[in-house]
Amino acid sequence: MSANLAESPGEGVSGRATNVEGKPGQGPLEGRAAVSAGIVTWGTYLPYWRLQRAAIAQVLGAGPAKGARAVASYDEDTTTLGVEAGRRAMALSAAGPQAPHAPQDLFFSTPAPGYLDKTSATTLHAALGLDRDCGAYDFCGSSRSAVGTLLMALQAAPVRRSLSVIADLRTGLAGGAEEREAGDGAVAFLCGANGAVAELVGRGASSDEFLDRWRVPGEMDSHVWEERFGEEMYVPLAREAFADALKDAGVTESDVDHAIVAGLHARAVKPVSAGLGVPAGVMAPDLTGAVGNLGAAQAGLALADALERAQPGQIIVVLSLADGADALVLRTTDALPAALAARQAVGVPTVAAQAASGRADLSYAAFLAWRGQLHREPPRRPDPERPGAPIVHRSEGWKYAFAASRCLVCGFRHMPPSRVCLECHSIDQMQPERLADVRGTVATFTVDHLAYSLSPPVVGVIVDFDGGGRYRCEMTDVSAAELAIGSRIEMTFRRIYTAQGVHNYFWKARPLQSAAGPETETEPGPEPGPAPAVDAVGAVGAGKAGKRGGADDGK
Amino acid sequence: MASRGIRDRVAIIGMGCTKFGELWDKGIDDLLTDAAVEASASAGLPIHDIDAFWMGTMTSSVSGITLSRPLKLDYKPVTRVENFCATGSEAFRNACYAVASGAYDTAMAIGVEKLKDTGYSGLTGIRAVGDGTDPGLSSPAAFSFLAPSYAHKYGVDKDQMKEVMSRIAFKNHQNGARNPRAQFQKEISMETISKAPLVAGELGVFDCSGVSDGSAAAIICRVEDAHRYCANPLYVKALSFVAGPAAGPIDPGYDYTTFPEVVRSAEDAYQQAGITDPRTQLAMAEVHDCFTPTELVLMEDMGFAARGTAWKEVLAGTFDRDGELPVNPDGGLKSFGHPIGASGLRMLFECWLQLRGEAPADRQIATVAQGRTLGLTHNLGGAPGECVSFVGVVGSELGD
Repeated sequence: MSANLAESPGEGVSGRATNVEGKPGQGPLEGRAAVSAGIVTWGTYLPYWRLQRAAIAQVLGAGPAKGARAVASYDEDTTTLGVEAGRRAMALSAAGPQAPHAPQDLFFSTPAPGYLDKTSATTLHAALGLDRDCGAYDFCGSSRSAVGTLLMALQAAPVRRSLSVIADLRTGLAGGAEEREAGDGAVAFLCGANGAVAELVGRGASSDEFLDRWRVPGEMDSHVWEERFGEEMYVPLAREAFADALKDAGVTESDVDHAIVAGLHARAVKPVSAGLGVPAGVMAPDLTGAVGNLGAAQAGLALADALERAQPGQIIVVLSLADGADALVLRTTDALPAALAARQAVGVPTVAAQAASGRADLSYAAFLAWRGQLHREPPRRPDPERPGAPIVHRSEGWKYAFAASRCLVCGFRHMPPSRVCLECHSIDQMQPERLADVRGTVATFTVDHLAYSLSPPVVGVIVDFDGGGRYRCEMTDVSAAELAIGSRIEMTFRRIYTAQGVHNYFWKARPLQSAAGPETETEPGPEPGPAPAVDAVGAVGAGKAGKRGGADDGK
Repeated sequence: MASRGIRDRVAIIGMGCTKFGELWDKGIDDLLTDAAVEASASAGLPIHDIDAFWMGTMTSSVSGITLSRPLKLDYKPVTRVENFCATGSEAFRNACYAVASGAYDTAMAIGVEKLKDTGYSGLTGIRAVGDGTDPGLSSPAAFSFLAPSYAHKYGVDKDQMKEVMSRIAFKNHQNGARNPRAQFQKEISMETISKAPLVAGELGVFDCSGVSDGSAAAIICRVEDAHRYCANPLYVKALSFVAGPAAGPIDPGYDYTTFPEVVRSAEDAYQQAGITDPRTQLAMAEVHDCFTPTELVLMEDMGFAARGTAWKEVLAGTFDRDGELPVNPDGGLKSFGHPIGASGLRMLFECWLQLRGEAPADRQIATVAQGRTLGLTHNLGGAPGECVSFVGVVGSELGD
């Protein structure tokens, strides 16, 4: 198919993203060989928890009971979901902001932002450890803005590297279709001119003003007009955008290798999908049964999944129905196989692997409590205090980027960063080290029935990190019964609590997810310390026996 | 560099201690007044004749005015002291140094805490603006790390470990049942203790010290003046205090089976007091049993038992009231209660009673009659791996 395409250049997105050499009128399919611009890498995040639709039906006594939806935990919001997706997009350059793929702009889009007025993209920017001169912009509100951020990143790709992050967290009212059919998750696409795995070769858009789905700020649930109306509106808009995009790319329906139709209006998505006229078998697998409809992130999730299944030189069409329609035609490049292999090597989970995993036994009561729909008695502890803005800013590198400090004299790693070395007492001889992507081992743990939490009890763990460093933190996505001394963990960015209207974000440990790929040492430190101190039976402290802290047996 | 101590230079000439407990009808002013009045009467020294005051409280108030206002002190120096749960001992230590220096003839150390006015059943912590990164574990959770680590290291199985912890609570309740000032004056069965609802980790409700209100006070003077006030004073033999670098939570070498700060402060105190074998030389020890695994680990950190053996000694009754070395004969934090700023001075109060033969007959320890004259108080604040530790020794004889 690719050969066929190469011989039939169309009008193309002239002057747009793929015209990397700036020659007017040149078709998109020439000139790409030298420097391709487009999606360089991507990341997806589906939260750990799944709510079985049967669990809803069991409590409410009605409604379809097949499949499950992905559920963000009580300590996740669209900002943290976005960070997790962004981390996976940046996983190949996890060594930090100096890595080759550091974005120059960060776009964050969600219909459910953690804040209004305050930018959430700056939180993502900080948590991803991006350079200070990287822009950070929110595009909040409707699902359509999500497609817009991806388009913006793709179209800027020849001249600027942009990380487009899209997250959604959809709740709805108890018993409603939104609650049942929606899902939570996030996607991130890094777009740029170097090493693109897919180029934008054509696009089409159609816009119209009509009332299909809306939500007044402050409301948790969306309103929808009678579905038949929206369907009548969407079908022609989608067909127009799709036809325009194919024409722009100079391809036909039969050239399409992967077709995606995304939208929250299920009644419209169905006839649009059926009427695309693409070859049989190219429609992307429907993930809504397993994880729900991710709303603003649905198109991106399906695109990521398509990339993970695609061959070089294939055509992927994404058609998104959201207050109009947008169609993107992408063409995979020869860089794709190497990118897929590299992702696998560092353990970036695929969409398919995430959709097939997850914790299936979330109770409906817990789901309702997490979403604030079930008003449980709060812990009989003082409410937490909001963190102070200046102190948070002073500890930005630690709190958001999870950057420890390593002593340049003796190599001891300090969490949180310290100016004075615990081991050798050197002063101000420290080098920051981001540990967000470094794994660790549980030295010991406890279950705290007293500590404040939105979902008690709190599991507290002492983590010894690979390459040195110990930190005591909360553990999430875990039940204590499955935890043991010696358990392997990875870090995850979470919303610890919200106090007086201020979200308190920080890192927690979570069990190393098997779906996250092989155990590989990711060791950015200049001078690896001792291996994690766990002996055959899991005793802690063995790595530095006889040194500070351990009880002296010989005494 | 040296820690020389002030052995036999300062004497305790009077003490007071309120009942500890949920004292709904007593405010911090009442508690301070009650303890100060009792100490004053005990020394035969009017409050207004005392030269200087060190007043310890962790969270109940701030500044020396906390004491000078209720006692209507006439323009005397009052220092407010805070050092976590070792606050009371720290007030005492600094008062001793002031008298030993010659700056004052007499001083009072007084500690107080009013915990039951907060509306919460446990400690609520110190509220300060933070960056939101502290994991916010409760105190029981922070100390609960000790139990599985100790059990793991020394091959104690889970049931045995639970029995050891329960045995410590059982002993301290037995002692508290004989103490009219204790918060909990009831013996509790091993079964009730071990089956109590879990609070954190393996710690049940009965593995935790009592949250209470209370106050305790000591009046001190130079040794040469002591007999002007008191026929049988106690002499300060050692005062050691250590603040650790808070290494435990950041050092993979720390294994949660010891308090390095306690080891250091105990070694220092023994050196100051000339103690070489604490288990046989001490008549008694009041230790910081905030949670049962704490007392277990302390027995080893302070040299009362060899590493890895304290759990057996606990089960054998070595530290019972009638054991080889009575530990917490007054019921300890567990049963007497833990009004934080008062606890260090409350420990000293038990030494005051026991070493001078004034403890109630059903609680009087036999080691004193056997000729042992030294009592130890140990007070720590913080959590395993990141704490402050005080170890003090007092004795009923000069020169011993």
